[in-house]
Amino acid sequence: MIDAPRIHVQNIAEKGEVVRVRTKIPHPMETGWRKDHDGNKVPQNRINRFVCTFNGTEVFSADMFSGISADPYLSFFIRVEESGTVDCIWEADEGKSFKKSATITVA
Amino acid sequence: MQQTKISRRRILSAAGGAIALATIGAPLSDALANPKDAKKKLAEITGGAKAKKGRVHVELPALSDQGPLVPIGITVDSPMTDDDYVSEVHIIATRNTSPDVAVFHFTPLSGRAEVATRIRVRESQIVTVAAKMNDGSVYVGKARSRIVGGAGGCG
Repeated sequence: MIDAPRIHVQNIAEKGEVVRVRTKIPHPMETGWRKDHDGNKVPQNRINRFVCTFNGTEVFSADMFSGISADPYLSFFIRVEESGTVDCIWEADEGKSFKKSATITVA
Repeated sequence: MQQTKISRRRILSAAGGAIALATIGAPLSDALANPKDAKKKLAEITGGAKAKKGRVHVELPALSDQGPLVPIGITVDSPMTDDDYVSEVHIIATRNTSPDVAVFHFTPLSGRAEVATRIRVRESQIVTVAAKMNDGSVYVGKARSRIVGGAGGCG
């Protein structure tokens, strides 16, 4: 079982290249509608926000609701003009936030 | 004798009618589906203007046996330059318990208006994707997904 957020991105790119970023984070994405064995409602706990920045500039973000599956997976693109770091931040309903970074070098 | 016959027939027809009503009424009252909410949602995105068709391509498996995990791929035709880019992409699942699935925000730095994720689909339905351009125009794309067997998506 993988218990940390992951980013998959190529580490070498050409200038101006559009690079695919794939992310995944283990999270139950509780909707708040499900009941446990005792009949009590399981409290809502979702990843509600995802932000991806490249060298500090916001490139892509997402608001996620109950319709997103558990262990949210996201695949999107960014245009790389210079070497830098890709920072991804996930925010959960319970107040926790998760961060993962990757570097891209422009050859 | 005749009177009793008529009354029996009446009773039977009334009973039949009641059963028919019950069977028609049951799926209507039980349905969690709320296509009206989804229409309202779409109106909110467009701001009252009419959404246009085209430019949005939705990839969704036509048949799936696993509602809680349905892969979806969205591509919007756009040059993604500073003057012309896709700003928002909304996924609306009409027949889910809550029609909101996700909102994706793009910038010109995204380079390509393409996103893939996995969504929960409660029952067989048409999933609507609305893409809002930077000039405020909205384009809509749809895909049908059929869920067979297993449990629905939304717990």
